[in-house]
Amino acid sequence: MNNTAQTRIAVDIGGTFTDIALDSGAGLHTAKTLTTAADPVRGVIDVIRIACREAGVEAGAIDSVIHGTTLATNALIERKGARVGLITTAGFRDIVEIAYERRYDQYDIFVDKPDLLVKREDCWTVAERVDADGAVLQPLDTAGLEPLLHEIDRRGVDSLAICLLHAYQNPAHEIELREKIGALRPDLSITLSSEVCPEIREFDRACTTLANAYIKPLMASYLTDLSQALIDEGIDAPLFIVTSGGGMTTLQTATRFPIRLVESGPSGGALLAARIARECSIDAALSFDMGGTTAKLCLIDQGAPQRSRQFEIGRAERFVSGSGLPVRIPVVEMIEIGAGGGSIARIDSLRRLAIGPDSAGSSPGPACYDNGGLLPTVTDADLALGFIEPSAFAEGRVRIKPQKARTAIRAEIGSKLKMSINQGAYGISQMVDENMANAARVHAVEHGKEISQRTMIAFGGNGPLHATRVAQKIGVDKIIIPRAPGVGSAVGFLSAPISYEIIRSLYMRGDNFDVNAIRRLFAEMQKEGRAVVRAGAAAGRLEERRLAFMRYQGQGHEIEIALPAGRLGAGLGKEIRRRFDRLYRQQYGRTVPNVDVEIINWAFVASTPESRIEQVPMSRRKRQPRPGARRKIYWGQQREILEVPCFRRERLKSGDFIRGPALIIEAQTTTLVGPEYNALIDRVGNIVMHLTKKTGDRTNG
Amino acid sequence: MADKSSAVELQVMWNRLVAVVDEQAQALMHTAFSPIVRESGDISAGVFDVRGNMLAQAVTGTPGHINTMAESVRHFLQVIPQRQMRPGDTYLTNDPWLGSGHLNDFVLVQPCFHRRRLVGLVSCTSHLIDLGGLGMGPDGSDVYDEGLLIPPIRLVEGGDINQTLMTLIKSNSRTPFQNEGDVYALIACCDVAHARLGQMMTEFAIGDLDKVAAYIHRVSQQASVAAIDAAPQGSWQNSMMIDGYDFEIELKAALSIGNGEINVDFSGSSPCSKFGINVPLNYATAYSVFGLRCIFAPEVPNNAGSLAPFKIHAPLGCIVNAPRPVPVAQRHIIGQLLPDVVLGCLRQAMPKRIPAEGSSCMYDLPLRGGFDATSSDKATRFAVELTHNGGTGARPGKDGLSVTAFPSGVYGSQVEVTESTAPLLVRRRELRPDSGGAGRFRGGLGQIIEIESREGQPFDLFGTVDRVKYPARGCFGGHDGACGHLALASGQLLQGKGKQQIPAGEVLVFQTPGGGGYGDPRKRDPVKVARDYAAGLISKKALRRDYAVALKADGSVDRDGTRILRQRS
Repeated sequence: MNNTAQTRIAVDIGGTFTDIALDSGAGLHTAKTLTTAADPVRGVIDVIRIACREAGVEAGAIDSVIHGTTLATNALIERKGARVGLITTAGFRDIVEIAYERRYDQYDIFVDKPDLLVKREDCWTVAERVDADGAVLQPLDTAGLEPLLHEIDRRGVDSLAICLLHAYQNPAHEIELREKIGALRPDLSITLSSEVCPEIREFDRACTTLANAYIKPLMASYLTDLSQALIDEGIDAPLFIVTSGGGMTTLQTATRFPIRLVESGPSGGALLAARIARECSIDAALSFDMGGTTAKLCLIDQGAPQRSRQFEIGRAERFVSGSGLPVRIPVVEMIEIGAGGGSIARIDSLRRLAIGPDSAGSSPGPACYDNGGLLPTVTDADLALGFIEPSAFAEGRVRIKPQKARTAIRAEIGSKLKMSINQGAYGISQMVDENMANAARVHAVEHGKEISQRTMIAFGGNGPLHATRVAQKIGVDKIIIPRAPGVGSAVGFLSAPISYEIIRSLYMRGDNFDVNAIRRLFAEMQKEGRAVVRAGAAAGRLEERRLAFMRYQGQGHEIEIALPAGRLGAGLGKEIRRRFDRLYRQQYGRTVPNVDVEIINWAFVASTPESRIEQVPMSRRKRQPRPGARRKIYWGQQREILEVPCFRRERLKSGDFIRGPALIIEAQTTTLVGPEYNALIDRVGNIVMHLTKKTGDRTNG
Repeated sequence: MADKSSAVELQVMWNRLVAVVDEQAQALMHTAFSPIVRESGDISAGVFDVRGNMLAQAVTGTPGHINTMAESVRHFLQVIPQRQMRPGDTYLTNDPWLGSGHLNDFVLVQPCFHRRRLVGLVSCTSHLIDLGGLGMGPDGSDVYDEGLLIPPIRLVEGGDINQTLMTLIKSNSRTPFQNEGDVYALIACCDVAHARLGQMMTEFAIGDLDKVAAYIHRVSQQASVAAIDAAPQGSWQNSMMIDGYDFEIELKAALSIGNGEINVDFSGSSPCSKFGINVPLNYATAYSVFGLRCIFAPEVPNNAGSLAPFKIHAPLGCIVNAPRPVPVAQRHIIGQLLPDVVLGCLRQAMPKRIPAEGSSCMYDLPLRGGFDATSSDKATRFAVELTHNGGTGARPGKDGLSVTAFPSGVYGSQVEVTESTAPLLVRRRELRPDSGGAGRFRGGLGQIIEIESREGQPFDLFGTVDRVKYPARGCFGGHDGACGHLALASGQLLQGKGKQQIPAGEVLVFQTPGGGGYGDPRKRDPVKVARDYAAGLISKKALRRDYAVALKADGSVDRDGTRILRQRS
């Protein structure tokens, strides 16, 4: 499908910028424009026009459009979705209110429970009951439906979530309810839990169903507008929407399950890193995407990003687990930290230097923007340390003032801790890098992985600038900065396959393993999954994977096990136990003999094959390019001012070799080659940095 | 002042140590077998200096380990002095008085060596499923009935596992292999922390932890003391009656604030029970200090410095300083009620910062069926421990939280999971109207849970709850929350504690308590009252009787009617 004659565009709407990557077969063109929040379609069309003009491509020549957006996420975070109502089984009106019965902050007695989109007044019940095996204990009673619908009208509900107990086992009552309500209220948007999240655990399923219902009307109208605008623009090409799981899907599926579109932008970044890892034959990588407000890290093994089945939206305490709305959807697993260029530095109540998680954003922005922001940020520190060439910042479109940065650092940090401005700036950099390094380490351990052996792939507006500093803290000695790192997500979209993943619950223990039940389950999932993917890729081979989520009986954390390919035979139970034991030993050092295993969930993934990857050979010849200019930087570890060479990235060629410290400047970001690193430009233009000296030998003052 | 950049580096190292213990805790959570670990994160991890002063501790699901770990590391140092510690050693105890209050909690300590010098200690704790004896119930007559007790001992010596000890641990348990898995996970957890500590010391080129320890302790203690100094100085007393088991129990506390310290004395509290609801002082201290730490500089991480100014006393023999060898298996019931007792003292000193009493002790539902010799062949054997909660106390300026754990951090069980793992059918799980204590700020509501056997078989309830006779009290004119209520649907009352049978065909109705209210309910904003009524959180009766609010036909507030009602009272 990745025919070089094709012209494909990928557009990513982010919070601040709308990015585009255009692949004409002859080359990659990228552009950026400000997101038009009031009418996001306008920004998309604008950026397409810019890219087409720069690449010399006619709109009519575009063969496919790939689109990812934060609109779904923003609607949830900013509470701009529909008025939703919830229908559950009689006796269980409070599934959402009761939740997991816990506070997300142990020490804060004034903490509030997260706002979960629906009020108790908008939760109703219907008499019916299905048991844990899917058997109907009590048929659905629809006698009371009329008065219930009147209540729903009276409350102004325009999107309905239906989540009945054990509907993941037997969806009949949910389907019946939708038919009956649909006949009476054809305009009411309805989401069924058995379709959006057929998984055990009523709270998580109800939240996912609610979140889908909440954004469904909005996303439906946005996607309709967008496809119309593309047609009006003369682009007669299929439109694919990127999902949180790092695949793409059709417009129709996206409209039905818009919840699967949250976090599609960040997943694009992980896709980019995964592609780079495959091209450069890197088995174990770590993607590091640092932007203006947050940094995101993702583990990538054998060219595939780490994946998960749950995500939390709109955390009240940003980054505190449990303070948001949990949804169970396939996602690229990432850790997100409140550490970006705009993260604010301050002195806390313990007189310690603290960074973020709050951000100065784009308005007022860092102090150096001179736009009213008086608090020092990470960007201010990087500027004060000399890592940013002011005239090159953001393609020169934002005029920044180093003096404002220095003043803010002196006022808020330096004078309070009795430090010089340089030391204050170094402190900010140290702390923010340490926060990211710590988060990366804990994240890796949560997944039973080692971090120091990995290759870091860094991008985002601030990733290339902080990469060597973070890498050193986690013991990573190889870093790759891909081309166009400032629009990494859009570039990543270009390598997304058309795919769909389904997760279903079926509880099974090793001692009551039922291959027939598993076959039946996969037959259903296969039918549904293939149909969704075929809608976007009518012909060609599909890749399919079947997974089991297993643990030792009694544990709380499951491990993902791939099922063998081909027909599922009688020996399946033994085979997956063997696979489980092997993986468990890899992750935790030993197995636990004589304890049975249990399987909670099963997954089926269908996708078009990954685009063919061409291996990037390393350049043989090495040449030291001539620097364009020199800059003074303050290197805090040695407490000295170094004069370092600066290079323009677009002038660097394959085989160019640069000894750190140095700066490599390009349109949307700057790469800092730390004093302990060397940089080499490979055949496709990646910057590959290697650690040359280990730390730890330096003296401590 | 010493050099400035090292101040930042010390701080970086502090953050690193906190990350190390978080990393340890995460690793444990993933491998542990006990449901209480899974549901409530009943684990802990910490890093210590060579003298046993705590530098960092993971924030986990339960406050029950706060500083018990620090104390137990000191006990280890007494039994196994520094000079006898060797690289590759790891030590173990589950002694309730030296560890964490009951036998199920295993505490491991590993000495850390850097460049062949002892530089610190790492420790971790996890709750194991079963250690023989009578199991987790409160019915043992002494600690020996409750299972296997292991004094501080070498579990790993110079890298070699003490196989004799491991065999003993396995052969004294109903779940030997799970125990073995948990013990190995604990060892691995210490190993990881040890390695990370070494990496940090290499990175920062330091030979010992003295400087960073002194920095952490000094900064933390200063912050705790500053918060204490800013509070009113003086002494206050409080008393709270609770159900108990064999007799009703009075918990008394005297709290004094002064000289940068807070002292709490539980003298005058009831003596020990003959059942396993007694609390060793280390555990009573953990929960009492947790209550105080919620008020005084909660943003400062737990370590020897931040915890130093909080001192808990209780005479030996009273129920919160249980002497060896009284039974202690269910020490969490009273332990979790202690923050209410302590905060009751503080409320008098700082009324605008302290919430009303809450339901506080977990409302666990340990249920078993099919095990009796007389059980029918059709009865599936099952044993589950469902965790649930009532409402929290109303807070100054805010309502209490409905159906929310405090002070513990347990997760409530999900109905679909319960029904998939046991032959039970949950008929209902909903908020319990009118259970939140009325007040200007309303107490959180409890819940109503109705459970029956899906197979029409009898099953057993092992009651481990309090606040059935004595409610969570309201304050400043706020009403009490509703008491917990255990009964059969047919009407027969059940007790809060002890084993009771739910006969075949009966439904267990389990109602959890509500939190106390804060302030006069007649001063509650009538709009909020109307909203509570519309949402079904309060009844029409409560609307009139407790809140004196009149509503119009459309459900909005009848201002004039309300004024008249409120003037009359």
